[in-house]
Amino acid sequence: MMHAEGLVLRFGAVAALDDVAMEIHPGEVLAIVGESGSGKTSLLRVLAGLQPVQAGSVVFDGQEVLSLSDAAKRRLMRTEWGFIHQNARDALRLDISAGGNVGERLMAAGARHYGRIREETAHWLRRVEIDPARMDENPRNFSGGMQQRLQIARTLITRPRLVFMDEPTGGLDVSVQAKLLDLIRGLVAELGLAVVLVTHDIAAARLLAHRIMVMRHGRVVEEGLTDRVLDDPRHAYTQLLVSSVLAA
Amino acid sequence: MTVLRVEALAKDFMLHLQGGLHMPVLRDVALAIGAGECVALVGPSGAGKSTLMRCIQGNYGVGAGHIMLRHCGEWVDVAAADARLMRAVRRDTLGYVSQFLRVIPRVPSLEIVAEPLLARGVPGDIARVRAKDLLLRLNMPEALHGLPPATFSGGEQQRVNLARGFAPHYPLLLLDEPTASLDAANAEVVIGLITEAKRAGSAILGIFHDAAVRARVADRLFEVHPVRETA
Amino acid sequence: MTTGYNFAYLDEATKRMIRRALLKAIAVPGHQVPFGAREMPLPYGWGTGGIQVTASVIGSDDRLKVIDQGADDTTNAISIRRFFARVAGVETTESTTEATIIQTRHRIPETPLREDQVLVYQVPMPEPLFKLEPRVRESTKLHALAEYGLMQVKLYEDIAKQGEVATSYNHPVIVDGRYLMSPSPIPAFDNPKMDMNPAIQLFGAGREKRIYAVPPYTRVESLDFEDHPFRPIRAPHACALCRSTESYLDELITDDRGGRRFICSDTDYCAQRQRT
Repeated sequence: MMHAEGLVLRFGAVAALDDVAMEIHPGEVLAIVGESGSGKTSLLRVLAGLQPVQAGSVVFDGQEVLSLSDAAKRRLMRTEWGFIHQNARDALRLDISAGGNVGERLMAAGARHYGRIREETAHWLRRVEIDPARMDENPRNFSGGMQQRLQIARTLITRPRLVFMDEPTGGLDVSVQAKLLDLIRGLVAELGLAVVLVTHDIAAARLLAHRIMVMRHGRVVEEGLTDRVLDDPRHAYTQLLVSSVLAA
Repeated sequence: MTVLRVEALAKDFMLHLQGGLHMPVLRDVALAIGAGECVALVGPSGAGKSTLMRCIQGNYGVGAGHIMLRHCGEWVDVAAADARLMRAVRRDTLGYVSQFLRVIPRVPSLEIVAEPLLARGVPGDIARVRAKDLLLRLNMPEALHGLPPATFSGGEQQRVNLARGFAPHYPLLLLDEPTASLDAANAEVVIGLITEAKRAGSAILGIFHDAAVRARVADRLFEVHPVRETA
Repeated sequence: MTTGYNFAYLDEATKRMIRRALLKAIAVPGHQVPFGAREMPLPYGWGTGGIQVTASVIGSDDRLKVIDQGADDTTNAISIRRFFARVAGVETTESTTEATIIQTRHRIPETPLREDQVLVYQVPMPEPLFKLEPRVRESTKLHALAEYGLMQVKLYEDIAKQGEVATSYNHPVIVDGRYLMSPSPIPAFDNPKMDMNPAIQLFGAGREKRIYAVPPYTRVESLDFEDHPFRPIRAPHACALCRSTESYLDELITDDRGGRRFICSDTDYCAQRQRT
């Protein structure tokens, strides 16, 4: 579905990406783990066409993403792709109702029937466990977990095939994180989504991902089946990462 | 018909956090299993029986050698397979019942058992009936089926694990101490499940601590020797 | 010329610059073109954008009509008319039919316009996305990519919160199937008049320094939902003076006991009807 190779991204002397390759197939969940500054978020932004690189290629459905026009990239982001930000407030419009936030992507894609937009929106609010009765409320007053679920509904309503997630449970209370992870896992399986998930949370990666890529200093140091990488880590850095997590 | 052929397998651990401690665990292992056959791994504790099993399952990477497995009519090398192929192998060909249940938290037991069937596209109602039958057969009262196993006793968790492993038909099933935490009655159920699986053509590779159980299910023993440090 | 000013107040170089902007605006219907607005001898909000556009297109044989909320006789309309009479020496008129250029604030005349007429709108805020997307860079990009879902979201919010689209004036339109455009604060009632109008429609925003245009016979559609179609709304009354049931009406409070009257907002139209 998407593959990338030879990605190089430097900020001055610092290499955020140093010859990185990846691939993802339909229905596959790929976790990119590593600590802050490992390049994992840069990689996500490059794959999503949000960050230009000095070298390399990203191919989605046979087309080179890096040379797409802004218009084409934005069209992908409205239709085939979705992006879940760590901070829901970066993605939501807080002065627009919860329903308006969820329906926006439908309207952006050309939906012009108010009643059907409302129906579809209510359906998605239910799927992310938000009471549709709260549809016309302003999300500014929602809890952090609810705002994140709203962001998920807003992203998935147009049925993207590939979703980029940047620390989707970061900054939330532990109990809220668990519930959100369950929700994401269920939706991903049910919709057969391909997901590129960036996280520093090894437990979240174990729960959601089929496959893991471990990044350090802009390079992929290890990758493979999630349980293989986490149960039999080979690279010194992966062993350090895994050993610093409490046993699952 | 041969289902699994392990050739010249070697496995080492390199513990970077222990100053690069090098631990060879398996050396030159060769093993083959045919359909309908049950092979029991034997050897002293720490000889690498579980490690061998995890290598075959793809849970551990392999240092050298091949793990040839007949998957959908073709030979694949688990030692070299990529993640996507391994997922397909685990879905269609290779079952594994680990010693300790490790599952996604907060998921009801019935769903855990039905999941491998659902992954193969079996309709939900059929998968859940099969899951329920297996759990009942393993003496898990229906009241527990809707609960996640996190709070279950060791024996109950192991029975959920076994039900999950026996729910689909796997051409190769790996069993790591399947009866270790079970009472005699439940061990008897497991012996029955193994016997039926063999009759249905499954090859079974197991570690059976209980000599009596081993004697009743295993057609053959395979001895795993501890590696003597040579270099 | 005895005023000491160049013809129509602006110097020729400025007029040329504005005409270039106007040509571009006509070539790209509904697209906002920046221009170097000059200081005018009246404050922003009094029609400085419209006046500069009028000054750039007016010739000595033009006849100018100026309306403010449909009326020819408000202070603003009268002073702009006088301004051009003095600095351009042109004839002025209150008749829509006789005028060649009509500068307007907040209305489109009821009398249908012709091909040989130019309608100049005074525009306070040219950017229809202004309230939804305050970042100019981003709204420019939305126009460039014709991503107008956000405007639809605004209409959605109106219906969700008030049961109907709340924009009774300045209801956003799509011009020629491409650009989202603010019709300036005309009543939604006037929106349909913009569609396929034979006259040239020019829009000038002085403070925001933007010009845009709708060429003759151009499609202008008001945004709506299939199940909440756009409806031009007028008060359900007849004009108290001319009995018109077609025109846009102003509500007049006639006393402090709740008495009120509805009369045409277009004074010329109303006067014509009363004469015949």
